[in-house]
Amino acid sequence: MKKLAANGIKPHDAEMRADGQKFSLMEKLLLGLTLDQYVQQVIRNKFNWILALIFAVGIPLIIYRFIFGLGVVTHSSYDYPWGLFLGFGLFCMVPLSASGFMLGTTVEIFGRHDFEPIERLALLNGLLGYFFAVVYLLVDLGQPWRLAYPMVYSFGPAAVLFLVGWHVATYLSVQVAEVSTAFFEWIGFRRGYEFIRKGTIGLTVSGIILSTLHQGALGALFVYAPGKVHPLWYSAPFQWIHFFVSSIPAGLCMVICVSTVVIYTMKWRCDQRFIDSLDRITISLAKGASMGLFTYLVIKFLAVAHDNEWAYLATGWGAWWLFEIFFGVILALLVLGVGIHHKSVALCRLGALITVLGILLNRLNTALIAFNWNLYPEIPHIFEVIISITIFAIYIATYRFILNRLPILYQFKNRAEA
Amino acid sequence: MSKITRRKFLAGSMAGGAAIAMAPTKKAFGANLEGFPDGMGVLVDMTRCVGCRSCEAACNKEQNLPEPNKSFDDFSVFDEIKHGEKRRPTEKAYTVVNRYEPEGSEPVYRKIQCNHCNEPACLTSCFVNAYTKTPEGAVIYNDKVCVGCRNCMIACPFSIPAYSYSSAINPIIKKCIFCYDTRLKNGQTPACVEACPQQVMVFGKRKELIKIAHDRIRRSPGKYVDQVYGEKEVGGTGWLYLSGVPFQQAGFNVSLPSEPIINNVKDFLAIVPMVLAIWPALFTGFHLLATKGKSHGHGDDHSHDGQEEH
Repeated sequence: MKKLAANGIKPHDAEMRADGQKFSLMEKLLLGLTLDQYVQQVIRNKFNWILALIFAVGIPLIIYRFIFGLGVVTHSSYDYPWGLFLGFGLFCMVPLSASGFMLGTTVEIFGRHDFEPIERLALLNGLLGYFFAVVYLLVDLGQPWRLAYPMVYSFGPAAVLFLVGWHVATYLSVQVAEVSTAFFEWIGFRRGYEFIRKGTIGLTVSGIILSTLHQGALGALFVYAPGKVHPLWYSAPFQWIHFFVSSIPAGLCMVICVSTVVIYTMKWRCDQRFIDSLDRITISLAKGASMGLFTYLVIKFLAVAHDNEWAYLATGWGAWWLFEIFFGVILALLVLGVGIHHKSVALCRLGALITVLGILLNRLNTALIAFNWNLYPEIPHIFEVIISITIFAIYIATYRFILNRLPILYQFKNRAEA
Repeated sequence: MSKITRRKFLAGSMAGGAAIAMAPTKKAFGANLEGFPDGMGVLVDMTRCVGCRSCEAACNKEQNLPEPNKSFDDFSVFDEIKHGEKRRPTEKAYTVVNRYEPEGSEPVYRKIQCNHCNEPACLTSCFVNAYTKTPEGAVIYNDKVCVGCRNCMIACPFSIPAYSYSSAINPIIKKCIFCYDTRLKNGQTPACVEACPQQVMVFGKRKELIKIAHDRIRRSPGKYVDQVYGEKEVGGTGWLYLSGVPFQQAGFNVSLPSEPIINNVKDFLAIVPMVLAIWPALFTGFHLLATKGKSHGHGDDHSHDGQEEH
């Protein structure tokens, strides 16, 4: 795309062509390029080759799993019923997708319209993260075609998972509605855009409610397993709030990371407003994230104090827990802090990356590594790893497909401005 | 405030999010369930068990389970170690007997199967209500509604439920159901209890069994450890154990709480209706405080007026 831009070709970004004609859907899909140009730039991009390679191996494996059952791609463990698909796919993807409700709140509830250039990216990040968490879930469920049972057929309202199921489903619809404004602009359906826009406050507030509860509920799921989850990662009264609070820096830092990737690899798609404001917004997001992280640090230690688990810190598990805290929280805080103080966007981005890795570590620890700490450690089956990577690659490809087209990183030029 | 009025009150005040809002409130009333008054149980006296595996064979036959790799008179299974652990119930064996060798004592044998908790963690963690605690005391499972999330396997403090991972179209949870369909429902003794040549197990009302167990301890104090495993663990279980050696030496998990597992989750469940009730006004209020009377300062053409009544 860079080469094409150098040759003076502009990507599609408005409702009307220069000659006053509306763009056709095909032209929109091809980004305003000719089919030849489009195919050529797809082939030129080395990253597409990597994706193709992953898909070539992974997609047959996913089909294999559905034909022969979970038994052929996992270790079929009775002791570790939840493997990577949920440990990574659900428990990591959901906190990293908290960005939607965070930025929605900032812009729409608190009226901080200076964050608007990144709002749609944050909303999309939320939508896709949740959507793919559900994809991971579908691969993991024994009978995925029964996914809707807790909604329509057989209710277990006392279960935390019931709440997670309902909330993730409802929140996905809320996020579809939030992101649909971009889609309506793109296909040129103004009435739909205005209709959704009118309900923004309602949608955003429901987003906050649903996020508070299901981010927390994911933590509460592990409260069912005292004795299985190591005491340092287990806290009956605080688990939900640990998961909820840590999802805030997780979501914000994920947006910083994604916007960094975007600005380095897809700059052609970003408009001047996005490019000009990104540095300022990155530092502001880093400030928010560091406040969240600091709170998280405090309540993590409060939980240790509450259950008087200090003695565990002197054990091997304690060292691992301290590593998680020192690397994922304290180091992240230091880097973010220095970055904010010196207004260094690069350091803020590094801090954001560390935060994201720290959250991944925390969720994997809770779900897999420090789970069954009294038993043997479970090393996931190689096919399980490949399938998890494949779904993540599909996530990236979908993410990029949408960013390339919908007005997420750029503002759509409508009739009046064209 | 009586249960009914409180429930009605909640139903009325939260019509909107009723499905979700009602969930945790219902839960709170199941709080101190002591189990069904006439629930049945089994008392296992491990001092009598010789490890003949007759109960395993009887279970296999009764539940139409596949033939095992090693026959039931092959005692080398006691030496099997997988991932550093002795055998556990699987999709092909709902009960297993393991041998433990405590220091300075004869080997002891422990029969493992679903303990049929008074307030089962599997049941309370299931989001499609696939589990039922029957008045007879069995914890049974409905494979017709199971989605296969395996949360019950996470929640079970005894690590009992197994899953038929190998099935692509109908994988289900496999566990001991107290011979509910074939025997318990008609008041009959479970197959494993009936098959035991050593009278290790007594089948009866849980309440009576607890008395019998304490009687035995009182009559032969030197013979037993002064504890009935399952009387208090995770709110009490239908299956109870007497042992001549400390329970952890016979492989029991002795760190379980005496409260039902669900009690740990109640803190969170109590938060749910509060968030549902408070957040809308709180955040709409923040919105008004932050933006009312200020210019929006952006080019978007939407108006915030008249949207506050969410």
